[in-house]
Amino acid sequence: MKTHLLFNLFTTFLLADGLNIEDSAGQFFSSGHTNNWAVLVCTSRFWFNYRHVANTLSVYRSVKRLGIPDSHIVLMLADDMACNHRNPKPATVFSHKNMELNVYGDDVEVDYRGYEVTVENFLRVLTGRLPPSTPRSKRLLSDDRSNILIYLTGHGGNGFLKFQDSEEISNVELADAFEQMWQKRRYNELLFIIDTCQGASMYERFYSPNLMALASSQVGEDSLSHQPDLAIGVHLMDRYTFYLLEFLEDIHPASKANMNDLFKVCPKSQCVSTPGHRTDLFLRDPGSVLITDFFGSVRKVEITTEAIDLTEPIKEVEERPANGDVHKEMHSYVDQLPVSEIIHQKPKQKDWHPPDGFILGLWTLILLVFFQTYGIKHLRHIF
Amino acid sequence: MAAYRCSSPVWLFILCSFSVFIIAGSEETPVAQEQHANVPDNPQTAAETAEQTEKETGGAEERRWEGTEVRDAATQKQAEPVVLQSTPRPKDDFQEELVVRPLHSGDIYASFQFRTLWETDFMRGNKVSHYRLFPKSLGQVISKFSVRELHISFTQGYWRTMQWGQPYLPSPPGAELWVWFQDSVTDVDATWKELTNVLSGIFCASLNFIDSTNTVQPSASFKPLGIGNVTDHRFLRYATLPREIVCTENLTPWKKLLPCGSKAGLAVLLKSEKLFHSSFHSQAVHIRPVCQDWQCKTTSWELRQTLNVVFDLHNSGQGKREWSLFKMFSRTLTEACPLASSSKIYIDITDNPEGEHFELSPATSLLSQAMVLGDRRTFSVYDLTQQDTFGSVRSLNLLIRWKSTEGDMLRPLLHAERYVAGYGLQTGEIHTLMYNNHPYRSFPVLLLDSVPWYLRLYIHTLTVTSKGKDNKPSYIHYQPSKDRVRPHLLEMLVQLPPNSVTEVTVQFERALLKWTEYTPDPNHGFYVGSSVISSLVPSTVAMDTNSTQERPLFSSFFPCKEESSYFVRVYTEPLLVNLPTPDFSMPYNVICLTCTVVAVGYGSLYNLLTRSFQIEEPSPGLAKRIANVIRKMRGVPPL
Repeated sequence: MKTHLLFNLFTTFLLADGLNIEDSAGQFFSSGHTNNWAVLVCTSRFWFNYRHVANTLSVYRSVKRLGIPDSHIVLMLADDMACNHRNPKPATVFSHKNMELNVYGDDVEVDYRGYEVTVENFLRVLTGRLPPSTPRSKRLLSDDRSNILIYLTGHGGNGFLKFQDSEEISNVELADAFEQMWQKRRYNELLFIIDTCQGASMYERFYSPNLMALASSQVGEDSLSHQPDLAIGVHLMDRYTFYLLEFLEDIHPASKANMNDLFKVCPKSQCVSTPGHRTDLFLRDPGSVLITDFFGSVRKVEITTEAIDLTEPIKEVEERPANGDVHKEMHSYVDQLPVSEIIHQKPKQKDWHPPDGFILGLWTLILLVFFQTYGIKHLRHIF
Repeated sequence: MAAYRCSSPVWLFILCSFSVFIIAGSEETPVAQEQHANVPDNPQTAAETAEQTEKETGGAEERRWEGTEVRDAATQKQAEPVVLQSTPRPKDDFQEELVVRPLHSGDIYASFQFRTLWETDFMRGNKVSHYRLFPKSLGQVISKFSVRELHISFTQGYWRTMQWGQPYLPSPPGAELWVWFQDSVTDVDATWKELTNVLSGIFCASLNFIDSTNTVQPSASFKPLGIGNVTDHRFLRYATLPREIVCTENLTPWKKLLPCGSKAGLAVLLKSEKLFHSSFHSQAVHIRPVCQDWQCKTTSWELRQTLNVVFDLHNSGQGKREWSLFKMFSRTLTEACPLASSSKIYIDITDNPEGEHFELSPATSLLSQAMVLGDRRTFSVYDLTQQDTFGSVRSLNLLIRWKSTEGDMLRPLLHAERYVAGYGLQTGEIHTLMYNNHPYRSFPVLLLDSVPWYLRLYIHTLTVTSKGKDNKPSYIHYQPSKDRVRPHLLEMLVQLPPNSVTEVTVQFERALLKWTEYTPDPNHGFYVGSSVISSLVPSTVAMDTNSTQERPLFSSFFPCKEESSYFVRVYTEPLLVNLPTPDFSMPYNVICLTCTVVAVGYGSLYNLLTRSFQIEEPSPGLAKRIANVIRKMRGVPPL
């Protein structure tokens, strides 16, 4: 009886396992990432490039709304548009005319701003080679289970992207940086979006695995801006990112939309340029990649049936005053402008530095000539 | 792939073992429950043993993981209310206040101050780990970098002293950071560099641009504002970034340092859209050790977060002169911060004793007088910790409505201006003017000037004149600059005669920078930081030297040692100078031109010399070609 039961159970388990295999197969092809990062870069300076800052901030807003926290976002804005003196509504950056959506918001943390947005800093953030005193908020602390979203916008050309009107990054440099990231196991999967003129040229040279790239225009085409606002006086957003924002506003953290929907954003009729994408380096099928794999965040949820008591306050243990009874000296505030003390101040002792450079060379020359003329053995007679 | 292939037999094994469990009986669920129950048992027993050992040894009360002790207490003392347990006196205290001062030009000045006092010891390597009201990020900065005092401010706009009077807390445009380190620090410069990097991450500002080219070590200004008896200026560093922009990304981390965040209390008024739409906005963080009581035997650490803002009358819409909390901040107040021991609003009504100039509603009976900025001012006080302040609508919206526009302002006693004179891009002259508006008293001022190295000052042309005559400073400290290493530092103690203008002029020459040292927008110009003028100005009323009485926060920032004068710090405007800027398109132009010249000139010469000429028959016409083909077929020589 028992063996019969065992046999039945065994067969049912085998069948269940068969189903399980399919499930596990499906699970194998889903993303195995445990954390999400985003690097959002705006590379243009000056007031008339307002739209590039608005582009970056709208992606920032979507990414934050879908769950990636500020500590996992590296936001680089090359110029300040919100508090620019030309902005008729300070502390706001709008994405739509009639000032409907303020993408700047009230809770924004910019990690690299102004002159700090350079090609060198961008590549250092990607590869992780930063000076030791760099704070955590400026670092990309990703590991081999991280999905990273990289968004670049600005002015670009065939094979390069211009940073702040003074330098540029080429597609070869970018591809090499991604290869460095792959070899250092700094990403699990990477989604690269670029919204510039001739943006497709920037992903032509990629050769590292697990990269998916989207661009707003092909080589030889210009990406166009969406619409100007007469009150602010400049174009507010670029077309591709405008329709991308519209698409992302419909995504919520539990959404099942996948990358094929993202490829359809902004067809030629709306964008005037032809958006392109590249998926040959990506191991999974784009149809099985969720939008929230890159734009949202993985949340670890542990369900517990225990009850945790939070009502009682934590008892503060009374600290024994360590040295308080011993010290009885009176402290006092310092005089802010002690005139007599200042007038009679002795010149401060400068730290002695050994002589450097020119003086050292001069003395060495004098000593050499001296010893040359007089010779060492004659010095006995002098001294 | 390999991992997957291995996992299927593992799954089978797990399923088999699972089935064994099912067959074995219904012991599974109790097993799980036992496992769950084991977990709380262990720490409970651990806590019990810990308590026993404590009782046995009667040893030092270290901080343990209090969570288990609480659970232990909950199981042992079952229905005991919390109040009966003796709560120790809290060691930290939080106060918030807002001072509103209507200005004569129609604008309104609002100053927020949030102060956290904490009785703890960061010095001497003491490890602090339990933070309550004091923000942990700043506490760790203080302990790690052995900071004794830290003052950092971010300002947008320039304070117009002649129209607005003196501010409660002065600050220069841009970012300013000055720090006193403790005497246990061996390498002050390296610590300073690391500190600026860490602060740039905390406040989302580009403070990492502070390096040796814009840091100075003042020798007499910027004495510590906290208690202490060591004033060796080797431990002081001062730097300013006049170009630094202040925007919501600096306000966000600043608000997160407050105990209540921006959710309750006065901080709900801090909305960036209104705060940055103003003539002047300054937010600062000041950390210093202060006296705890009148005996001043123990020190506690004070963290002050201040925000000063001046709203423009004409900027905000309607022309009529009427200000309210809603108009200024687009919010009203509904409650005080629950963690605050005091939460007050002060409205300056000194110029309105009988209510003839403006009317304040809702009316309040609380009045307070304070000695601030050398004058006795009267304030109407709203105490937010009292429920009846909010009235029946449960929200407080102060309204100040003007009836007449008379009255003029007392001229501020000390005022300064600075500008660049000269023409061209080679030389120039810096003029600093200091005004002493007191009718009969003269007082000394300490002028601190820090000029970047690319403006080469000629100190032999330095002149100080008052009322046309030469005024020799009683103390001059000058540290010359070193190219790309140090800026100029000039400190002078000048006695300002009564009712006069003192002018300090110095000539300079502009340097040519290397082409990689220019910013991406070099035609904007280069900024020179503000001059700092520190002075003890004679006051009209006796100042309060008792430092421990309950005083409003805005009057107790600068320590007062004598009654007849008060300390004031005035900042001048920053200067914007144009350096000779090269044309950055020239390298491209030169390459194009050179390549063209080489290609055309040398290339054609080379071709002439090395080309060999061959004679070639021109290709024949179509008819001839057909004829040639026919001739070839016939075997006849072609034409």
